[in-house]
Parts: sequence; structure tokens; C-alpha cells
Amino acid sequence: MGTVDLTQFHQVFYDESLEALDGMEEALLALEHGVQNPGADAPERVNAIFRAAHSIKGGAATFGFNDLAAFTHVLESLLDEIRSNRRAADEEMIELLLQAGDCMRGMLTRTRAGTPVADLTSESLRARFAAMLGNPAAAAASPQASELPVAGWRIHFRPRANLLRSGNDPLRMFRELARYGALVVKQVQVLQQPRPAFAELDPTAPMLAWELELHGDIKRRDVEGVFEWVEGDCDLAIELLHDRRAGEVPQDAAPSAAQDADKPGREAGAHTDAGSIRVGIGKVDALIDMVGELVITQSMLGNIGEHFSMDRLGRLQEGLAQLERTTRELQDSVMRIRMLPIAAVFNRFPRLVRDLEHRLGKRVRLELRGETTEVDKTVLEKIGDPLVHLVRNAIDHGLETPAARVAAGKPETGVLRLEARHEDGYVVVEVSDDGGGLRHGPIIAKAVELGLVSPGQELDDQEIAELIFQAGFSTNKEATDLSGRGVGMDVVRRNVRDLGGSVNVRSREGQGSTFTIVLPLTLAIIDGLTTAVGGERYIIPLVSIVESLQLKARSVRHVAGGGEVFHFREEWLPLVRLHEVFGCAGAETAVERGIVVVVDAGGRRVGLLVDALVGQQQVVIKSLEAHYQRIEGISGATIANDGGVALIVDVDGVVRASARRRAA
Amino acid sequence: MAKILAVDDSASMRNMVAFTLRGAGHEVREAADGRAALDAAMAERFDLVLADVNMPVMDGIVLTRELRALPSMTGVPILILTTESNIEKKMEGKTAGATGWLVKPFDPEQLLATVARVAG
Amino acid sequence: MAQPPSRGNRPVPKSEPEAGKLVQQLTFILAGEEYGIDILSVREIRAWSKLTRIPQTPAYVLGVLNLRGAIVPVIDLRLRFGLPREGYDSNTVTVVAAVGNRLFGVVADSVADVFNAYEDRIKPVPDLGAVVDTRFLKGLAGDGERMIMLLDLERLMRPEEAEALDAAMPEIADVAVAA
Repeated sequence: MGTVDLTQFHQVFYDESLEALDGMEEALLALEHGVQNPGADAPERVNAIFRAAHSIKGGAATFGFNDLAAFTHVLESLLDEIRSNRRAADEEMIELLLQAGDCMRGMLTRTRAGTPVADLTSESLRARFAAMLGNPAAAAASPQASELPVAGWRIHFRPRANLLRSGNDPLRMFRELARYGALVVKQVQVLQQPRPAFAELDPTAPMLAWELELHGDIKRRDVEGVFEWVEGDCDLAIELLHDRRAGEVPQDAAPSAAQDADKPGREAGAHTDAGSIRVGIGKVDALIDMVGELVITQSMLGNIGEHFSMDRLGRLQEGLAQLERTTRELQDSVMRIRMLPIAAVFNRFPRLVRDLEHRLGKRVRLELRGETTEVDKTVLEKIGDPLVHLVRNAIDHGLETPAARVAAGKPETGVLRLEARHEDGYVVVEVSDDGGGLRHGPIIAKAVELGLVSPGQELDDQEIAELIFQAGFSTNKEATDLSGRGVGMDVVRRNVRDLGGSVNVRSREGQGSTFTIVLPLTLAIIDGLTTAVGGERYIIPLVSIVESLQLKARSVRHVAGGGEVFHFREEWLPLVRLHEVFGCAGAETAVERGIVVVVDAGGRRVGLLVDALVGQQQVVIKSLEAHYQRIEGISGATIANDGGVALIVDVDGVVRASARRRAA
Repeated sequence: MAKILAVDDSASMRNMVAFTLRGAGHEVREAADGRAALDAAMAERFDLVLADVNMPVMDGIVLTRELRALPSMTGVPILILTTESNIEKKMEGKTAGATGWLVKPFDPEQLLATVARVAG
Repeated sequence: MAQPPSRGNRPVPKSEPEAGKLVQQLTFILAGEEYGIDILSVREIRAWSKLTRIPQTPAYVLGVLNLRGAIVPVIDLRLRFGLPREGYDSNTVTVVAAVGNRLFGVVADSVADVFNAYEDRIKPVPDLGAVVDTRFLKGLAGDGERMIMLLDLERLMRPEEAEALDAAMPEIADVAVAA
């Protein structure tokens, strides 16, 4: 057996520790809320916080993350004092504990990255905690010096009634003793006199007492260690054996129980974070059921195939239909494994909102809705930052100060709502506030300054809202103070688009704003329309397609600057020739002989000219970046039915690329 | 080799304990809290129970007390896993009927050595 | 953890033959010349097959192929080295290699051989001036008249941006000096 590679458990430790920290933070926030509005469940909250710190400490120490273990150790001691009402959990303490949580999160991240774990923050916090605890200068140094060699020990051992019932076994203890040296049984005494009749014999009551001698240069505490568990369950006397053969040092065969606290040799090793997922057992069971059905179907089909005759055609078709059904269900179930509740992301916000409230002097009531809404794991990982951005902006710029709110006839406390829901095949996440909304004047002024609109141009609410997503809008720091909104909105939009989604805003000046993020339910599979361009195939995601139509040559007009537009439902839409953007040879250039696919590119409609429509199918998206790089206008690839690769069009990217071509 | 019930709410600790014990040839059942452990102990017989102290739902002390009340657990060793900052827990555990304890942090070798003291 | 037994006095096997470390090369022919790539990085050798072209990429990136579900880019070494490309025939092969976690294919005229190169006998690439592009070579191996140019796969597959940056660097330096 020997060494067990502990690194294999590290990932689980990181995962569960981060989860524990989230739980700790949640409990702290609830506790803080309770300090402001006293309630009943404070002890349970403190307990939960203690448990979180405690389990992180245990793991950190076990896996040799000493800095983290040292930090959580003082934290735990402090929490223990709070738990036993020796110290109050006031707002100051909670603030400190929240900081500790952040600090531990950082330490975990650094532990995982294999970089130095303790830093100035963690060290100063740890020192502060230690000072609060009145740290009694570490543990009193144990006097283990100058232990003279001993000849051995005489042990009088008389079990009491409880010893056997506690699961301890004298014979196992003797075996343990014998590992330290030569064990000699000097005398055995029968305890129950007269001996009970067999029928009355209680097997759990001790029958015997012993006098033993253990020879060897053995430390007293090793001997005591063997009896440690039965202290109070026996009469025990351990006497030093008087030396007859002084100087003879017996071999100490026993492994030292002493633990070296520092194990610098245990290093990071290979950090293979392949990304793990925690799956509810129900989902796994569903998969197993499905696979079971698949196996049955397979054997049935195999049977038909082995003895096939035309009269079994019906059964074959039936079997194939069943195979198709089961395969689809299996696919659904597998995809569902990747679906996790959005609560994992939403749960960060109570803390963020609290911190921003304090920092900005605002009063905010955070409402979370639809936390159980499930989204794809990748979405979950990537949606956090854009949401943080939106929430931060909402509190910083959207919601007014309490005084301003009162002056505007609103309640002092602003409402910030995060809501997630499923809406026909999409996940919709909304961030709304009842603050001041987008202030048109400054936004337009800024847009004019940036040359995005011309002075005096008439803009409706929607067009003004769109302005804040323009790239230039965010780069200028002044935009923050001027416009109220706009910090990094282009980044938010780009992030969301990378996920195949869109973000839009509705705002009423003086009444608040609602940012709506719409994302595909699952990322890995999309419904696509395969189109032909030249000899090549391109798949356009069905979700972005409005309509496809054939145009007459004369319905296309050329506009100044070289662009083409066409008339579609009372609107003039830009025409993008896909063969031009993608440089396809041999493609149809005459509009009237091709097909125009009208797509929605982030709120803008454009027509994509392709040669022909080939068909519609579900495709599994594969990354081009895994082995190559990002290509503008292409969101990924998929394996076509013939085993070749087909590219999936990134509609927004194509429109961007086309606009750039025109500008160039 | 022994049949062991490992109870810990921390998956990493539980995995480590189970993996180590299995590696040494023991048969291991895992439980994430006291309630689940109690259910397991009622369903089958174990040669040894390793129980963490701090757990949600039902902690290790209560679990030990409940286990000791089961006829099938008479004389079966129960070790509680505790930390040095929790010395009083050892006594609490003993009073509840624990055979002994293993102090966290421990490494696989210490775990196996301790298990060898009471089982196998 | 218990102290592991001392290994101090265990005899250490005599490590390497004096010829230096063996780095086996898979060699292939390109425009009459022999090139080699570290055989440990070779994942697969495939016959020429139709690829899916990727738009907005340099001409030498021929496209992508499906390698057991992975979308793998393929580059044409002739085009990469600025050599003319006449066409693809039954001898044309795609060698799929890995650099780190990334896979890519290189198209060569034909596969030649496996050559045992010893690290200490690999010669540096001589400065051939502007005549031959030596950016992607990391050394020369061979014996007698035979010369094998060892390819630097990492450089070959560097993202375009890095390549462009490299190209721009001397200019930037020049400007700095001039100013």
C-alpha cells in the first residue's frame, strides 16, 4: 500500500471548499441581516459558518495546504468562541469574517494555481484573528528533551464494564503494544468470581485483568497512547521497569507517530483541471434507464438482422423507430447533465449588492427570482461577469441615493431584481432596477461627441438605448459620470454574443431600466439551416433566421458607399453576400438566382445571400479554437453526415465583417 | 479484510478515506451524513465505522450514540474523526460510545495504522 | 507520511549512450527535400482527403478535417514555405501532429522514413540569407549526403497574431533607433 497519491482528491477539495465558502458567505449575510432585524436562527447560522471553516481546515491540513490550514485554524477558533457565545457576532465581526471568506477564496485559487498561497492580506487577517484570540504564544513547547533510555514498562490493566461495549478489544491493544517491544504477560486474573454459568455469560462484560511487561526503550506516551481510547473505561497503572540491562537500546520498530507539520515536498504537481461537473443522482439514473433501453433495442435489432426475411420488415422499422426515439432521449438526458441551476451565479449577488450598498451609500433591496432555472454549465461559467457588470452599473448609476429617491417621490430603498426563466428554448435573464433609467441628454451628447449620431438627429428610446452598447462609449471614462450607464456595455454585449445570446435594454427615464439577456438553452447543440455557397456548406443557426426568400433583381438597390439593400416587410435591409465575406469561389452572384436568408443579428436585420438551402438539422457544435483559432464570422464547426466538417455561421460576426469590408 | 462504513460530509475527505481503505483491500461504504450512515448501518453489518464529528443533518456524536443503540453494532468499533482543536469532542464521542478517534489531519498511512488497531 | 526508505545506495544505471539523446524523426518529402518532425508528436498519417476550407485564413491553411470528432486545421507546407503547389495526388499525405494539446495536420508530398537523430549531432541551421525561409527549422540532421531539415512545429503553428508581431518587431526597433 504505502503512499497514496493525494493530489487526485485536490479537485474535489477545491470544489467543495469553494462551495463551503459560498455557504459561509450566505450565512454571514443572513446573520448580518439578523443583526439588523433580530431573528431566531442565528445559532444555526453561526454553526453553518463554523462547519464551513472547519471542513476546509480539515481538508487543507490533510492535503498539506499548510498556509490555508493555518489561516482556517485561527478563523475556526474565533468562530468557536462566537458559537459558544464567548464573543459577539456584531457587524464589525461579520465584515471581518466576510473578508476572511474572500481571503480564503483567494488562497484556494492560489493553491490550485500552485502559486504562493499566503499573501499580505491573509497574513494580516490571520495576525488580526490571532490577536483577537489572545493567542497564547502557540502551544506550550512539549518537553521531549532528555529522555533517558528505559528498560521497559509494567502495565496493570483491568477493564471496566464498558470497555468491550465501546468496541475496544484488549487483545488488539496488546498487539499494538507488542509493536513497540517485547510484550510479556506476567499474570492474568479472572474478574468474575465465581465464574458465571455459560447461559448467564455476558460476552460484552470483561472477564479478565492483566499484568503485562513491555520491554524496550519505549516512550511513556507511546504506551499511554495505546490506552488513550480506554481512559476511564479501565484501571490502568504504567510503571517504569527498573533497568537490569542499562545501555542496551532496543530497536524501535514502530513508525513514529509524530507528524512533521511541514511537508514542502508535497508540491503542486500536474494541475489537470479538466473541469468537473456535479450531477444529481436523478439525472444519472435517467441516463442508466436510457442506456438500458438502448441495449434492449440493440439486441432486438441484432436479432432481426441475424434472421432477416422480408416479413420481419415491420419489426425492423419498429425497432429503428425505437432506436431513434431512445437515441434522442439519451441525447436529451446527456445534455441535461450539463444543465445546472443558475442559483450558483445568483448567489454571488447578495454579497456584491451589500458591498456596493455600503460603498456607495445606496439602499438596495435585491430580489432574486427563478434561481432554480437550469442553464448550460458553460453559460453558467460565462454569464457571471456580464451579470456582475450589469448589477454593478445598476447600483452605481441606475439607482439613486436615498435622498434623491425620496425627492423623486420613490421609496428610500431601491429595488434591484435578478430574474431567470425559460422561454421557448431560451434562457432569459433580466436585471432590472427602479432607478433613474437611462438619461437621454448626456447619452446623446456623448454619442454626438463620438460621432455616432449627428447633432439634431431624432432618436427614439430604443435607439438611444442601443447607443450605450457602442464600443467607443465605454472607453471614455467620463461616460460613467455623464451618462449614468455605458461602462463596458459593449463588453457585456460581446460576452453574451460569444455565448450565442443577445442583450437588450428597455429604459424609461426616471423609472428604471431592464437589461434582458437571452441565451440559448444549451450551447452544444443547435438547430441549423444548411446552406450552399459555391461548393461549400455553411450552417446558419435557426434561432437567428427570420425568413428566407427569393428576390427579384430589381428589388435590390445600391446605396451610396457601395452597400446593397432590399425591401422586406416595409423595411430596407442590408444585403450581405456570404460568398464575398467568406471568399467562396464559384458561388452564385446574381441575386435573383440565389436565396436570401433574413437573419436577426443582435436586433439588426440583414439578408444573407446564399446559393441554395440544403436542409435543416440539429448539429453538435465543435470548437474551432480547440485546435486552431477564432475565425470572424464562424462560431464553430460540426461534423456533417458524410463525416466531413461543416462550418456554423456567426451571424453577428458576418455582419461585422461585411461592414468592415464595405468601410475598407 | 474489514467492511468499513466511512462517514464524512466532505467529499474530498471521504474519497481519500475510502480510496485509501479500498487500496488496502477493505470493503468500504460511504455516507455523507449521520442519517445516511445510520440507514446504512441498519441495512448491513460493518466491522468498523469511521465517522466525522462535524456534519450536517446528524453529527458524528449523535450518530455514534444511535449506532451504539443498534444490536448489530454491539462491540463493533466506531472511530470518530476529529481535529485537535476539538479535544472535548473526543470525550463527548467516547461518552456516546465511540471506540476511539483519529485526529485530523491524518495521512493515509496513519489512517491505515489506526484502522489496523481495531479491525483486520 | 512515513519516511520512504533511503534510496541513496541504489546503483544508478548508466544513463545514455555517448551519442546523446535519441530523437526519432518521421521524415517526409517536400519539393524534393527531406524534412523531419519529432516522431513523438506524430499522431496519425492520413491519405489526402478533401478538407473544409475556412474563410478569412491565409492560403496555406487549407482547411479543417474531422479527426474522430475533433476539428483539426491542416496546413500545406509547400504554401507555408512559399513553394509552388501543383496539385494533390495519391502520394500526398497529411501528417497529424500535436503541439501541447493542439492537433494540426501538415500536408507533404509523401512520407519517407523514420530517421534516428541524436541530439548532439543535430546541426544548427546555417544563415541562408533571404533565399530560404529558415524560420520554421530548428536544426539539420542527416548522414553523409543526406540532409534532413527538422521542423519547429511550435513555430509552424503559432497564431497569426504572434507571427505578425514577430514580423513587426524589427521595424519597431528600427523606428526606435531612427528616432
